[in-house]
Amino acid sequence: MSRAIEDRNRRMLRARDTIDRSFAAPLDVAALARVAHVSPAHFSRQFRAVFGETPHRYLQRRRIERAMELLRDTDRPVTDVCLDVGFASLGTFSRTFSAVVGESPSAYRERTQATRAPQYVPACLEKTLRRPVGAPLP
Amino acid sequence: MFKHITHTTIYVTDQDEALAFYVGKLGMVVQTDADMDVMRYLTVTLPDDDSLELMLLLPGPPLHDEATAEQVRELIAKGGAGGGVIFETDDCVGTYERLRDLGVEFTQEPTERFYGTDCALRDPFGNPLRFTERPATSARPAGRAAAAPPR
Repeated sequence: MSRAIEDRNRRMLRARDTIDRSFAAPLDVAALARVAHVSPAHFSRQFRAVFGETPHRYLQRRRIERAMELLRDTDRPVTDVCLDVGFASLGTFSRTFSAVVGESPSAYRERTQATRAPQYVPACLEKTLRRPVGAPLP
Repeated sequence: MFKHITHTTIYVTDQDEALAFYVGKLGMVVQTDADMDVMRYLTVTLPDDDSLELMLLLPGPPLHDEATAEQVRELIAKGGAGGGVIFETDDCVGTYERLRDLGVEFTQEPTERFYGTDCALRDPFGNPLRFTERPATSARPAGRAAAAPPR
């Protein structure tokens, strides 16, 4: 039994890595299911069993995390950041961002840029640690 | 208090496969491969720097009971075992291309960051690895000394 779970976990991790790499693209359940060697019908349920949240929710939080970095560390306009991280509409982006982070994209930018101090955190840790958790998504 | 970190651990689910990857693909060398009867003690290091040995440990008796080992293996496979290594390289892009051509599974292509160029990969079991090429101007990334005084 353990071998089967290990094997499933490894395949699901491969799919999650794929989401992380192509976070700006629409969630392609069929392609991810192929990466994970499961049927599209089973993919979301198995992903949730392994990682505790649906692929859609995982992706939305990854996108918000990427947006937070761009807002914090670059001067790209909010509209560009929205498109960069894979949202098609500014309304959905702002609503999702505010629900997850607790403030609007521009308020977040203003607050974090005011206190910004570069610190060395390897990108892998930064992406893992800063991907927001907790609050419900709209 | 302490002078160096000399050993660190990464759990693998197959030590032969681990050697094929860490030695065969990443270019590390075996430092110790000892049959201790109860377990195989296997460490690898870098060819030009043996100051840190990476212990490639197999979950299971005598380190873990079988049920615990099963949990550890399942965590490794989903990338949640907690182990990981960051290497330094002089050539991030060249190393990336060489390893990619060997079929290594990358999770991030070479990316410019303020601390240098780095990229990320997984070992065959699910452990995260990373390597960084520092910019020529800075010997060490800034930030740490200012962040906290030594205790």
